[in-house]
Amino acid sequence: MANSSTLNTTAAGIDAVSDRVGSGPSGRKPRKVISQRNIILYGLLGVAALYYLVPLYVMIVTSLKGMPEIRMGNIFSPPLEITFEPWAKAWASACTGLNCDGLSRGFWNSVRILVPSVVVSIAVASVSGYALANWRFKGSDVFFSILIVGAFIPYQVMIYPIVILLRELGIYGTLTGLVIVHTIFGMPILTLLFRNYFTSLPEELFKAARIDGAGFWQIFLRIMLPMSLPIFVVAMILQVTGIWNDFLFGVVFTRPDSYPMTVQLNNIVNSVQGVKEYNVNMAATLLTGAVPLIVYFVSGRLFVRGIAAGAVKG
Amino acid sequence: MSTRAEAPGPTHASQTHASPAKANPARSVARRPNQLFRNLNSKIASIPMILVAVCVFLGGTLWTVVYSFTNSKLLPRFSFVGLDQYYRLWDAPRWVISIQNLAIYGILSLIFSLAIGFLLAALMDQKIRFENTFRTIFLYPFALSFIVTGLVWQWILNPEYGVQSIVRSLGWADFTFDPLYDPSIVIYGVLIAGLWQGTGLVMCLMLAGLRGIDEDIWKASRVDGIPMWRTYLFIVIPMMRPVFITTLVIIASGIVKVYDLVVAQTSGGPGIASEVPAKYVYDYMFQAQNLGQGFAASTMMLLTVAIIVVPWAYLEFGGKKRG
Repeated sequence: MANSSTLNTTAAGIDAVSDRVGSGPSGRKPRKVISQRNIILYGLLGVAALYYLVPLYVMIVTSLKGMPEIRMGNIFSPPLEITFEPWAKAWASACTGLNCDGLSRGFWNSVRILVPSVVVSIAVASVSGYALANWRFKGSDVFFSILIVGAFIPYQVMIYPIVILLRELGIYGTLTGLVIVHTIFGMPILTLLFRNYFTSLPEELFKAARIDGAGFWQIFLRIMLPMSLPIFVVAMILQVTGIWNDFLFGVVFTRPDSYPMTVQLNNIVNSVQGVKEYNVNMAATLLTGAVPLIVYFVSGRLFVRGIAAGAVKG
Repeated sequence: MSTRAEAPGPTHASQTHASPAKANPARSVARRPNQLFRNLNSKIASIPMILVAVCVFLGGTLWTVVYSFTNSKLLPRFSFVGLDQYYRLWDAPRWVISIQNLAIYGILSLIFSLAIGFLLAALMDQKIRFENTFRTIFLYPFALSFIVTGLVWQWILNPEYGVQSIVRSLGWADFTFDPLYDPSIVIYGVLIAGLWQGTGLVMCLMLAGLRGIDEDIWKASRVDGIPMWRTYLFIVIPMMRPVFITTLVIIASGIVKVYDLVVAQTSGGPGIASEVPAKYVYDYMFQAQNLGQGFAASTMMLLTVAIIVVPWAYLEFGGKKRG
């Protein structure tokens, strides 16, 4: 109960619509269903929805057509004969340069990058957020301010120093290196998220645990963690979509045989050699977009909470 | 002051507690190690955060700025050449085009995403049915990467099969809408894709802002017989100033970073017509082996962000601390 109410404040009243209806005289106000106002309202919303949906529709339709049909018809027409060949080709045998084993390699590379990056970045940031919320020390807020300001610095400014740093440590181009990079750049937003969440928990709990003799880690593991499942889910959604969609770090910090899916997708589609196979390209694009889309559709409101918490600072 | 000299004992002790440093030197010496190791676990747990903040964010940024004044080529070398790299940067046609593109893309993207985002949010706020469905539709592009966005719109704007050919087949035989192959309008093609991806987020932030407005304001304006559009324009929007400013800063700092979208959609082409600063930095750092140019260009990007963020941070956080 306490958890959900604190989350609502983080979401800055996105869910507030239900509260609003409750006050005032009860009972439905009689209103015509088809009025001029409703036609304009739903008409505008419908047109906007169409603009947002068309690209998804075009992607799906194109990926199910054969190449001859694409050359004849237009991109909006539904497929006459549905074929799943482009999907199979995109997954298993599309070429980037000399490699012809399709997007599957990029997919597994991305999974290999995603899992440790999400775990490590959330672990580090949650502990930092907890320290900032409950165990402040002299100067802790200064470091936090630097971190938040750092979130606005373009990545391009910090990328080369990090390359040098990782090279000195001997992990440039390895998976460990990329995990560290994702942890670094996920840190500002996640630390903010966790700090705000832990601050919003009732302080009495923390004090009671202190009186009972619990220390830093004990309170974190046995009191804070069990209470903060929702915020961990929000953080996970943020990180899974963010890291999966990353392109820049993938290009800079990995070697060609361990490129993540986004980089490989770009190489497949924008390669200059050969005849362009638009259906394979669209199938590959859909495959790459599938993971964040599934996360988005499954998580629903939590995704909205995540980006709202990320966007509305303080 | 005088009371302290006269009264020893408990009163004294409580006063030293309030100002420990000066009153009793012996005691403050005894307390110092205690101070350092207080909260030790918390400090140990914060080491990653401190390292990231100081070494990467602060140190890395300073390092790049300092080395932007050197003539580093393949490897960073510390041979100081003053503003030479910057003169060369602003003489390069590619950089000037990058900045122009960023300005056009940035300004239009700000205007349109704020306008469309607010309009959609206002429509969504009319107690409509299927609100969740509409929100899901408007926001899903935001879950997709810029690479996916760029590739989809590259396909839709394809002159042979896409929008242009469809309008032509409907009867307008000489209709031309070919943004990705026309250097003079290519940046607008990127803009369409960028807006498709990003307006959902703006809509969500604006909707949160609208929901934060007191219902009584609406009732009052209805009682006074003020038309709805005027209430929005003269009452609600001024009240939502903080939301607008926060959104503006978020979009603006995202615009400066725009990179993947251009790489996927146009690769900077045709020619160099759709280059952007972030791509300039990447190409010079990792492909042209001209680090000095890369550092100078990234420092210019930093400057751009600073111009946007510093006034906002000052208003937002500097004011709050004092108030």
